[in-house]
Amino acid sequence: MISMRRMAAVARTEFIHVLRDWRSLFLAIAIPMVLILLFGYALTLDLKNVPTVIWDQSRTPESRELLSLFDGSPYFSIRGFYEGYAPLQREIDAGKAMVALAIPGDFAEKIRAGRTVAVQVIVDGSDATTSRLAATYTRGIGMIYNRKIRIASLHPAAEGQRAAGPVELVPRVWYNSGMRSQNMILPGIVAIVMMVIAAMLTSVTVAREWETGTMEQLISTPIRGHELIFGKAIPYFVIGMVDVAIAVALGEWLFHVPLRGSPALLFAMAALFLTGALFLGMTLSITLKSQVLANQIAIVAGFLPTLLLSGFVFAIENMPLLLQALTYIVPARYFIAIMRGIYMKGIGLEILWLNAMLLFIYAAVLILAANRRLKLRLE
Amino acid sequence: MLTRLKRMLVKEFLQMMRDPRMRLVVFGLPVLQMLVMAFALTTDVTRVRIAVLDRDRTPVSRELLSAFTGGGYFTIIHQVDAMDEMTRLLDRGTVRAGIRVPAGFAGDIRAGRPAQVQLIADGTDSNTTAIILGYADGIIADFNRRLQGLQAEPVPVEMAVRAWFNPNQESRLYYVPALIAVMLLVFSLMLTSIGIVKEKEIGTIEQVMVTPIRKMEFILGKTIPYVITGYISMTLMFLLAVLVFGVRIHGSILLLYGLTGIYLCGNLGLALLVSASANTQQQALLTVFFIIMPCVLLSGFMFPIHNMPTVVQYVTWVNPMRWYLEILRGVVMKGVGIRILWPAAAAQMVLAVGFIVLAAKRFRKTLK
Repeated sequence: MISMRRMAAVARTEFIHVLRDWRSLFLAIAIPMVLILLFGYALTLDLKNVPTVIWDQSRTPESRELLSLFDGSPYFSIRGFYEGYAPLQREIDAGKAMVALAIPGDFAEKIRAGRTVAVQVIVDGSDATTSRLAATYTRGIGMIYNRKIRIASLHPAAEGQRAAGPVELVPRVWYNSGMRSQNMILPGIVAIVMMVIAAMLTSVTVAREWETGTMEQLISTPIRGHELIFGKAIPYFVIGMVDVAIAVALGEWLFHVPLRGSPALLFAMAALFLTGALFLGMTLSITLKSQVLANQIAIVAGFLPTLLLSGFVFAIENMPLLLQALTYIVPARYFIAIMRGIYMKGIGLEILWLNAMLLFIYAAVLILAANRRLKLRLE
Repeated sequence: MLTRLKRMLVKEFLQMMRDPRMRLVVFGLPVLQMLVMAFALTTDVTRVRIAVLDRDRTPVSRELLSAFTGGGYFTIIHQVDAMDEMTRLLDRGTVRAGIRVPAGFAGDIRAGRPAQVQLIADGTDSNTTAIILGYADGIIADFNRRLQGLQAEPVPVEMAVRAWFNPNQESRLYYVPALIAVMLLVFSLMLTSIGIVKEKEIGTIEQVMVTPIRKMEFILGKTIPYVITGYISMTLMFLLAVLVFGVRIHGSILLLYGLTGIYLCGNLGLALLVSASANTQQQALLTVFFIIMPCVLLSGFMFPIHNMPTVVQYVTWVNPMRWYLEILRGVVMKGVGIRILWPAAAAQMVLAVGFIVLAAKRFRKTLK
């Protein structure tokens, strides 16, 4: 049976290892903080201030009105006026502008004559995300401008009347009405942070004992495999949960991400996911017996799928089908769904039970795997 | 000096290559990761799963719904009869959005009253939501034009949008070259710094130090193998990019290789800096991670630099990956040459030299 005394002894040595190595401890706390602050303050996918350059061949009140729509919009920021395509191209080539507008010389005449006039919009496709959004917003500004012209050409009394068509779309965004990307990112960050801390830190623990030769000393003690594994996992579990608490606190007080569901459920689910991540690192460490290898595999098998195949930034349903199938074995997929559910939707286990159960199975399988792979024997 | 360096290099290569698992890590992993990631990183939104609550049930409302599914942007996967059913589907995440057509919809249109359609979007993924709302706006505008039929006048202004360098605006063409930059950063930093720290941790570095090898030779011997493997994996990744993902390198390949060399050297300088200060592999690993995350996130790879606060935009100047990404996009997608890329190349050069000088200084001390 498991001996608490022996397990506590292992946990204590590992704690001492961690505490003595203040630098690792500092980094284990600092990495999540830096990540959260970066995502909270600096990184947004929301489009704004796209650098725009203009070639206005019309120079009429009409063309200036179109440009004032661009200038007034938060999405675009006009960086300069040029003559000719060559300077526009130079600015885009050099990456100084992402959108270029070329307004033709007959812009005003055609509008006055009631004919369609094409404004040429060049977007820098080398950044696909920004360029697609910029293209959409440009068309939106075109629509607003058209509506203005139509209203102006109607009776002045029609000014207040809606120029839109018979059907009106009433969009409503649930769970995140301001569409803040922080609300979406923060719950996901918790998963990323835990994978980094848990899987990466534990991936070196057992391998270190093999590499430095202290494993042979451990083998000669009465310790059993599971006592060693659990003992080693405890300090990292504590660090991981502290990181979760920091993330939740920063989300609450610094970034005002609403937490609509139960905080207790949130921490319980985080503990479940953390356990799985810890034992993933542990299993790798036990199997590979090399710190470099175990760590590299932990990054590939733990961190990258958590970052990319979990729906964290890149929506799963947009991926090719084969890759979508692959996401079903990425535990972070279930965890991030749980986190977003608790944070934004305010839902509980009545809906999330399946996800929670899958996380439980995942943690259990890895604990068993770590146990089976560890053989306290000399080779 | 050359013979000693050669011996050291032979030893390093033997050490790296003797373990088949390590061979896999050095060459297999970057390529494998790039393959998976390139497929995963897509921001193209299609076939959005929606639920529909049609209270009107008239030919007009059905026509509206078929306008939603027509372009391939939306797929109706549930027809529901009550609002709480739709709420449940959204709560569960089964659907991303719901469309509610109120009773009397067709009647309102016939009577000339504004008819409303409600679109409920799941905002938990804010980026996708923005795109979904854009699609829906476009669909409704089309639908209105069709309803108005002949009386629709020509639009005064038409925005003729063209995307240069990537006419179909495929996100893959943009992400694949960027992934190469990420992989080169991750692997050159991780493997080099761990390679050196491992000798410290196990104690073999002291044995190396009692041999006649000079410090500079030791440093070169530790880094040159990674410049070589870096170039090899870069070549493999570019082959993959061209053959599998249809990326075309529009600019000069020679320039690409030259500037990649500067990038690799800068990364190795950083790796040396890390290994000079770390004593255990765990420390080295965490430190490297501490450096890599901001480098990747503040490079303009996923998050555009012009969206960042001004102070942070200046911070990105000391990020080697930011400059390399600019170079990659310039050479690969835009096909521009050094005449336009010189500021990025110069910045990268300054950073690389800075890292190496700093590392050499720090490293001498630790070896004493």
